[in-house]
Amino acid sequence: MNRPASSGTVGVSIRNATKHYAGFCALNDVSLEVAPGEFVSVLGPSGSGKTTLLGILGGFVQPSSGSVFLGERDITFAPPHKRDIGIVFQNYALFPHMTVAENVTFPLRARRMPKSEWPAKLKAALEMTELGGFGDRKIHELSGGQRQRVALARAMIFEPRLILMDEPLSALDKQLRETMQIELKHLHRKLAATIIYVTHDQREALTMSDRIAIMNKGRVVQVDAPERLHDHPVDSFVAGFIGEATLLPVSRIDDNSVDLGGTRIVSARPIPHNLKLFLAVHSEKLTVVQDGGDTTANILSGTVSETLYQGESVRIFVDLDHGVRLSLRVPSNHENRSRMKAPGERIAVRLHPDDTIVVPQAP
Amino acid sequence: MSASSTDPSLAHKRGEQRLVLLLLAPSLAVVGCLLIVPLCWLVWQSVRQDGAFTLAHYARFFSDAVYWTTFLQTFRIAFIVTAATVLLGYPIAYVAAGASRRWSIFILAMVILPFWTSVLVRAYAWLILLQRRGLVNSVLTDFGLIQNPLALVNNELGTVIATVHILLPFMVLPLYATMQKIPAELTMAGASLGGTPFYVFTRVFLPLSLPGVVAGMVLVFVLTLGFYITPELLGGGRTYMVSMLVSRNIEVYNEWGAASSISIVLLACVFLVFRLASLIIPFERIMGAR
Repeated sequence: MNRPASSGTVGVSIRNATKHYAGFCALNDVSLEVAPGEFVSVLGPSGSGKTTLLGILGGFVQPSSGSVFLGERDITFAPPHKRDIGIVFQNYALFPHMTVAENVTFPLRARRMPKSEWPAKLKAALEMTELGGFGDRKIHELSGGQRQRVALARAMIFEPRLILMDEPLSALDKQLRETMQIELKHLHRKLAATIIYVTHDQREALTMSDRIAIMNKGRVVQVDAPERLHDHPVDSFVAGFIGEATLLPVSRIDDNSVDLGGTRIVSARPIPHNLKLFLAVHSEKLTVVQDGGDTTANILSGTVSETLYQGESVRIFVDLDHGVRLSLRVPSNHENRSRMKAPGERIAVRLHPDDTIVVPQAP
Repeated sequence: MSASSTDPSLAHKRGEQRLVLLLLAPSLAVVGCLLIVPLCWLVWQSVRQDGAFTLAHYARFFSDAVYWTTFLQTFRIAFIVTAATVLLGYPIAYVAAGASRRWSIFILAMVILPFWTSVLVRAYAWLILLQRRGLVNSVLTDFGLIQNPLALVNNELGTVIATVHILLPFMVLPLYATMQKIPAELTMAGASLGGTPFYVFTRVFLPLSLPGVVAGMVLVFVLTLGFYITPELLGGGRTYMVSMLVSRNIEVYNEWGAASSISIVLLACVFLVFRLASLIIPFERIMGAR
């Protein structure tokens, strides 16, 4: 074994991976390139194939066809213990009969690393995850957040070339989850490791990732940076999955405008040529028209049907004149609330052409 | 906050306790009449002779060689049977716990099915299979593997074979229950962290399945100590176990005092086994195999 001193951070390349189960295609021709040191999230609803993809990367599932490369090395058929991939499992998968230190040093013992190196590595791993002094604790004595850290320490102590995380924060409460998201991001920077992070939580993915791969029905639909995904979704699935969007069916008028129930909506982006088109309206991109104002924008008018107070913001549901409903979100400050329309009142909202996203229907 | 006697929640609680007692009464009566009382009677009998107190029945354990050779043989058989059921049962439980649902049900059914046949029937079945001109010996002779029939029955070996068969479910079921609760992610994690399948098995799976092993061992060991029909039928008169000593004392010698003292000592042995096992894992886990 001679690995480069930099712990050999490498990229991952998944090439045309397909997995069939009896009469069911869990993964359909998936390709994904992850650069060395990159943090990529795999985001999708349950049943979208992300668990299968994770299994193929970890070596627990054999692809029906296609291959997986870790750097230059083809690991498609390598058994899990020969892959050099650190995995953080959804329920942490800590060994309940071992202490924190025994859990964390498990990879060193399993790999028969010289015993003299253990103490220093253990200390570094525990300090990195802020677990100093917890070495002798039993697993059942730890809180959820601490268990999470142990799982992390254990997955990185052997300096794996890739770290896989399977919904590692899903068992934590909201506040802790947000703290851990930031910690994970810092940790990623410190380790300079390549991380593939599987989640169904779009906010988590948007917060932490360099890029996000959106999966649906066994396919990777779009791989992009968070802002690109949000503002340039490739189809109605991505548009509906990322952010809080309402999808309204529209028809094409010309290269930069569509028809929404008789209203011409102008977009700053070229309109695709597909048959079925949707206008993706994000709640936060709509503003209430006070009086006259900017006439270059698209104006949608209708009746307020419901307002929902949600703490930091108020969500307003509007029934447009031609029968569809959309929602917008305004910060719940004094100014907005004093001007708030009551249900039944007329309202006009503005959508800037730059924010006007028209997407084709997902296949 | 005053806990006055008119507090409705207290009154409710008291009513609930009364109801629980009432519901428990039948089972308490059964345990009392059929277990506690006979046990006391057994202890009483073991220290009586001709209407007077005596320890003569217990003294015989030190003076009469048959007593302790019988106990020794019983314990040896129990050890052999326990070891054999672990060796046979562990792989069965392991495969059943790792198999798909349909297969694990099938495997467990195969293990439990004989359980529903009477012990007597199974003992005779083994007799037919293992005797000098039985199926096993005739097949082995026909294939020329042996010249003379093996002595497979009417000895300790026959007793052990049949007892292992009868008690195997008591080993497999607690083992399966324990193994089935070991999350698959643990072995996956072990593998991803660099452990070979053998390393992960010895460091992760085996230690976590130990409570099931201990539970199964205790059950099989204790049940073997009290086995009667199997050694009687398959032991050929040469295998003498404690239960047979008890029955001889009553049937042949009409010595109720001696029989009682042997039973009490055997019971004490069983308690000792449980006590020793509970030093390793808690008693509730042996019984419930949690």
